[in-house]
Amino acid sequence: MNSTTSLSYDGSLNGLLTCIFLNYEEKLQVVAIHPPGIASEELFSNHLEVITEKPKAERVWKAFKKIATARGVKNIYFAYLSEEPGIELEILKYFQHTFQRKESIDGDFANSHVLKIAQTAKKVSREKHRMEAFVRFQLTKDSIYFATIEPDFNVLPVIKHHFTSRYSDQEWIIYDLKRKFGLYYNLTTTNIINIDFAKNSGSSEENDYFFDSHEQDFQKLWKNYFEATTIKSRINIRLHHQHVPKRYWKYLIEKNPLHN
Amino acid sequence: MMFDRIKEKLEILADAAKYDVSCSSSGSKRSNKNKGLGNSDGMGICHSYTEDGRCVSLLKILLTNHCIFDCAYCVTRRSNDIKRAAFKVQEVVDLTINFYRRNYIEGLFLSSGIFKDADFTMERLIQVAKKLRLEENFNGYIHLKSIPGASDELMHEAGLYADRLSVNIEIPTVSGLKKLAPEKDHADFIKPMEKVKNEIIQYNSEKKLIKSTPKYAPAGQSTQMIVGATGESDREIMLSANHYYKNYNMKRVYYSGYVPIRNDPRLPSLGSQVPMLRENRLYQTDWLMRFYGFEVNELLNPQFPNLDVEVDPKLSWALRNPQHFPVDINRAEKETLLRIPGVGLKSVSKILNARKYRKLNYDHLKAIGVALNRAKYFIICDSRGWETKDLGSAKIKSLILRNSVGKFRKEYSSQLSLF
Repeated sequence: MNSTTSLSYDGSLNGLLTCIFLNYEEKLQVVAIHPPGIASEELFSNHLEVITEKPKAERVWKAFKKIATARGVKNIYFAYLSEEPGIELEILKYFQHTFQRKESIDGDFANSHVLKIAQTAKKVSREKHRMEAFVRFQLTKDSIYFATIEPDFNVLPVIKHHFTSRYSDQEWIIYDLKRKFGLYYNLTTTNIINIDFAKNSGSSEENDYFFDSHEQDFQKLWKNYFEATTIKSRINIRLHHQHVPKRYWKYLIEKNPLHN
Repeated sequence: MMFDRIKEKLEILADAAKYDVSCSSSGSKRSNKNKGLGNSDGMGICHSYTEDGRCVSLLKILLTNHCIFDCAYCVTRRSNDIKRAAFKVQEVVDLTINFYRRNYIEGLFLSSGIFKDADFTMERLIQVAKKLRLEENFNGYIHLKSIPGASDELMHEAGLYADRLSVNIEIPTVSGLKKLAPEKDHADFIKPMEKVKNEIIQYNSEKKLIKSTPKYAPAGQSTQMIVGATGESDREIMLSANHYYKNYNMKRVYYSGYVPIRNDPRLPSLGSQVPMLRENRLYQTDWLMRFYGFEVNELLNPQFPNLDVEVDPKLSWALRNPQHFPVDINRAEKETLLRIPGVGLKSVSKILNARKYRKLNYDHLKAIGVALNRAKYFIICDSRGWETKDLGSAKIKSLILRNSVGKFRKEYSSQLSLF
């Protein structure tokens, strides 16, 4: 029989790996893998709700790691974090290709799936780097350095290490407003937290009671510095926008008109 | 902190420091131990970009803009009528720490006008770095200026706390320096450079024997040259750069297009354009020397003392040397691939990987990211036809120019139409 199947999973990496396991175990012909919240549109295929099973996921991951290079493993993880529509199927194809060849295909850039995964991973890694650069902490009255972000991709899991090793003597929170979870470092470990925000929190004007009394002063100094360090006779706005795309300005004290 | 006073100083002393191009924060490993502040893992981070498109990675300031020298090209020269200010050591420390904790910066870039004498100034710079490292347990990036003429003892100490040290030689030739900075001696620039170089060599050999050798300027040295203030040719500039790379193990040489700041018969007049295209071509040449295996003489020689403004230096070289082409993408060595116009480091690495699995054709190369509009005249691959056939270099150049856009194109096309 040659009928096709579409799968739904819970959005977790283990969930996706379980899908890949099932693809082999049940000899499915998977045409789509949907994260939660996306309705299946495939009219002519069977639909399966996949329940995450960690042991199965681990078996797939272990088998993959045995063949793939470190770069391949990282690329797959980063591509998964992109949450781009259809990326799950690309990951499945990548695994199939790897298992079929029984050797690493990580360098086969002339293969469209390999190139797609590498390019998507690159995009996520660029966003990771941007968040390491563009996060701006504001000091609260409780001595916590606090920042909110809305990254294009789910990069919190991969920036955790950077911030933990860098700011190990101060408490900090980085909260992803889009995905509604954050990281909180309590001077010992960094954990995932959920906060229920009232609207508009995160900008100092409405929250004078929330932030340290000198927070505004330091922000002003930073803005002053930013302006003084610009060379007026070399202004190149196009280049500026290329480096700091407008969608990131809301984080940046030096660019955000709300912070004055 | 007296915020109003600090604000005023910061404006003056950041404004005065901004002509220093270097803002690199990479190349140093300083891991966070004992729950200190900061961690440098070798990767630089640009935390913001100014409207002129430059990276803001470090808090770049002068300790003071009081200066006993009167160099023609410098805004802080003593005869210039400007506001003067000076930071206290503790003020710089507090600013750095507070900016760093908020993730504004990777660290500090501290330079200074020379007040009293070289050693007195250098000592102050070291005090800031020492305080940051020892009192604040700070592992972020510190770039200190080596003050020309500073003593060997101080340069030794500076390297213990700084990640990078730099002396700007500013004027690429000794004669140019005599003209614009008659009070300065070229030897004073070289002295701290030499000392730091030797310390780094010694540190590296000791490190091999004794693992606990303290770090010494782990991100190395850099320098900067002003371009277009005196009449040097591109060849003279790059020969000079090459000299510093080879003999002083420089990590970087920066090229800074001269920004006119005053009317002086020795310098380009106020209002003349900053030579940004020339600067760009010099950086491209610098990259070709450092990463692509080119020798200066291949790119610039007595026959070609200046870089072509119309096309990039690699393409220009390829057009002058058609005997090296076409290159077979599927067989050539890495060194040969690197010399193809339109093929960069990343493309080369992808090609080397991908061709293990299959023969590559134009479509593959395009998907990988090769700039085929330039490369196609210089390669053969698994597609039929080789684009140059019997085209000569002049024809190829005009085809490439016609079928591409360059960001500086309008600047030189108007210049050319004069003739």
